[in-house]
Order: sequence, then structure tokens, then C-alpha cells
Amino acid sequence: MKKILLSAYLVFAFVLTGLAQAAPNLEINTPAINALKSSMQKRHNQLAPHYQSGAVGLTKNGMIAIRDAKAVPLKHRQGINQLVAAENADRGKLYKEIAVANGHPEWESGIRDSFAGRWIDKAKSGWYFQGKGGWVKK
Amino acid sequence: MKRNSLILLLAAFLTACVTINIYFPAAAAQEVADEIIDDVWQLKQGEAEDDAAAQENTNAETPAEK
Repeated sequence: MKKILLSAYLVFAFVLTGLAQAAPNLEINTPAINALKSSMQKRHNQLAPHYQSGAVGLTKNGMIAIRDAKAVPLKHRQGINQLVAAENADRGKLYKEIAVANGHPEWESGIRDSFAGRWIDKAKSGWYFQGKGGWVKK
Repeated sequence: MKRNSLILLLAAFLTACVTINIYFPAAAAQEVADEIIDDVWQLKQGEAEDDAAAQENTNAETPAEK
């Protein structure tokens, strides 16, 4: 009986350790993540007018996409393709880096989903995002 | 018999531990997303308002759940 009580006690200790780990903070202060952040921050000044005009919208998978190329003057259309591709490359790397930096590469898609929701929540009014039935103006 | 149920209880606790350790920290991921998006989109000046709004949402949701 004593033995059983002792093992029960040990198991409780394990449970408490588990609970302590249940609400962790994710590490985002790594050189790779900081570099991606500053690259995206610089690009945002170029992207912001396109979000506002509706040329570019936020997708439901945490990326961005060209929604209405006609909203961009013809001479800038090539540029916007590159801008969107570069932003998406950074976003993809960011989600992956956060997962890897926290020792759980398999969290990548969960992190992507979290970001997807928050990008849309924080978007300014007038910007477009992908809803269930297609593009929605916020 | 008593011993069997105790062993079963222990097994349940151990399973709970494993569940906790592989669980995806959704709340932490959201916090991290907020922090990074605020930086990238330079929304820092609106942070106090966001916090207040989040607080209101929590207050509004709690009675609805009950």
C-alpha cells in the first residue's frame, strides 16, 4: 500500500510538471526571426497602398495574394508580383522558423493558422481578406 | 480489485501528462502572432486600445458561455 501511495505521489509530481509546461511562451527572439520581421516591416510600406486599393488581399492561410491586378497601374504590375512573392516567402519562413525555434517543427501549420486569423483581425478597414465564400472587404 | 483501480488511475494520469506535453500552445501562438504583426505593421501606438478591447471581449464572452 505504501508503495502505491509513493507512486501516486510521484505521478502527481509529474502532472504538476506537465501543468507548469502547459502554458509556455513561444520563443521568437532569434536572429532568423528578427531578420524576417525587419524585412517584412520594410516591405510593408510598399504593400500598404496595395492593401488599401484592394489590389492585394490577405489569404486565409496566412499569406497574401493579388486580388485585383487592375487596381495597380500597368507599369507597376510586374513589381507587385515580386512584392507579393517576396512577402509570401518571408511569411512561410517566419512560420517555420517559429516552430523550429521552439523545438516543434510540427507546430508550423498551427502557427500559420494563428497568424492567419490575427493578420485579418488586425487588418485596417477597407482591406480585403479571404472569407469562406471569397474576398471580403473589411 | 482496489489495487487494479489504482493502477488504472495512475495510467490515466500518465496519459494526461503525455497529452499536456504534445498539446499545441494556441494561446501562446496568438500572443506571438500579435507581437510580430504589431511590429511588422507598426501598430504599436494602438496597443493600449487593443488590450482594452480584448478585456471587453473576455468580459462579454464569460457570461455568454455560462
